[in-house]
Amino acid sequence: MTRPNNAITRYTAANRVNHWITALCFVLLTLSGLAMFHPMLFFLSGLFGGGQWMRAAHPWIGIVLMASYLGLIIQFWRENLVNRDDVAWMKSIRYVAVNDEEHVPPVGRNNAGQKMVFWSMTLLVPALFFSGLLIWEVYFGAATSIPVQRVAVLVHSLAAIAAILVWVVHVYAAIWIRHSVRAMTQGYVTPGWAWRHHRKWLWELASEQHDKAPPRKHP
Amino acid sequence: MSDLQSQDYVRRSASTLTPPSVRSHEDEVAKLIDVSRCIGCKACQSACMEWNDLRPEVGHFEGSYENPADLGPSVWTLMKFAEHENEQGNLEWLIRKDGCMHCEDPGCLKACPAPGAIVQYANGIVDFISDKCIGCGYCVKGCPFNIPRISKQDHKSYKCTLCSDRVSVGLEPACVKACPTGAIMFGSKTDMKHQAAERIEDLKSRGFDQAGLYDPPEVGGTHVMYVLHHADKPSLYSGLPDKPRISPVVGAWKGFIKPLAVAGIALAAVGAFFHWITAGPNEVTEEDEAEGERVLREADAHEPEKSP
Repeated sequence: MTRPNNAITRYTAANRVNHWITALCFVLLTLSGLAMFHPMLFFLSGLFGGGQWMRAAHPWIGIVLMASYLGLIIQFWRENLVNRDDVAWMKSIRYVAVNDEEHVPPVGRNNAGQKMVFWSMTLLVPALFFSGLLIWEVYFGAATSIPVQRVAVLVHSLAAIAAILVWVVHVYAAIWIRHSVRAMTQGYVTPGWAWRHHRKWLWELASEQHDKAPPRKHP
Repeated sequence: MSDLQSQDYVRRSASTLTPPSVRSHEDEVAKLIDVSRCIGCKACQSACMEWNDLRPEVGHFEGSYENPADLGPSVWTLMKFAEHENEQGNLEWLIRKDGCMHCEDPGCLKACPAPGAIVQYANGIVDFISDKCIGCGYCVKGCPFNIPRISKQDHKSYKCTLCSDRVSVGLEPACVKACPTGAIMFGSKTDMKHQAAERIEDLKSRGFDQAGLYDPPEVGGTHVMYVLHHADKPSLYSGLPDKPRISPVVGAWKGFIKPLAVAGIALAAVGAFFHWITAGPNEVTEEDEAEGERVLREADAHEPEKSP
């Protein structure tokens, strides 16, 4: 992979592989889940080889997603701990929305929006997993009573809708903040990107760097 | 009966458009089960197996006359036996033929996500078009009577068809034909209600003050009705629901949440698009790059003096 000399690593190969396994599962689950949720979207079942295949595959993909997301939690929880900067960032959300970054207080590696995506999914993915198990007809159809399954299917739907909305925000933010996608595909950002969007993180990196020997060489 | 074309649908699962319904000039039918005349012989069960070519696995004696123990993918009707001690201290043997009630407002159909897997004909019969069934089990959650059963072999949902194949060619359901006491009757819903009224009058004259018709209005009425000697307490009859209704949980899920959620998701995507074309992408500028570089450069340069 060719990188500019001044590239800063934002996501390691392990981060990225883990993220994209999760992403693939999430997209497949969204397509199959929506197909089973709204009749107008049932045509999406064709992508899975028909309704029966879709119904059979959906829970297994869910298991992979749960396992994969656990990996993301382990890798990312620490950098998503909420701090005072997040409050300041949220208060300036109207400047964030119009790209007026000069009025946005500097934030560390993740901003409050990114943390909200992380913690929402950390809540929703297990909720989807466990409610999904209860309505997995093939293996757990007889494990719980029908009233319990009715609640489970409602919880599953609501959690799924919330997760899809969070996902829309997540995907759009990645497109909107240019070169964020590259951070998750090729793993790096430029110093300018870090300066503009995660200034405190850049300062941290800089101070870590000068603690290390030998110092970083610039051309 | 999916191989015969039906053009008399009044409801079709997971469909947003009007189903083919031109041949809908039909009387609504009903099966009337007069519990007071039932002797529990299970001829109806046998006839159901015979006509529909169903052979459930031979089970074990469970200490009850019920056999098999429960409805199943190949048990579409089941005699249920309940012992009830009445106010006079006498034992009553309440025998009820259980099976699909063919609700006017079917919860299974409402919950079903597969287009056309559950249909209701103009005559009121609710039928599973198994070819289109995906085996998700949503019908089980939608049903207020706990009727549909999913097969472990083919992962399809099954229940009583009210012999829709027989009824469509002018025959009565197999169970009706087999019943030796005339406890099971079949005809237009209006006729069956008249029939029931006569029976109820008779039962009342014989001391069953609470005799009545079970045609629960909460599900819009049913196309399988019971004459009960204790119509005030349907649950005496092996748990026949006193007030059957589609669970409000299912109602919320398949009611307002469904369109609201899809609209919400679509709106979020559209909103994002309009943000893109108004606020636009957030690009890193030349100045940002220069500043970023400066921070890193200064960190390098300051190393010696910052070291303690």
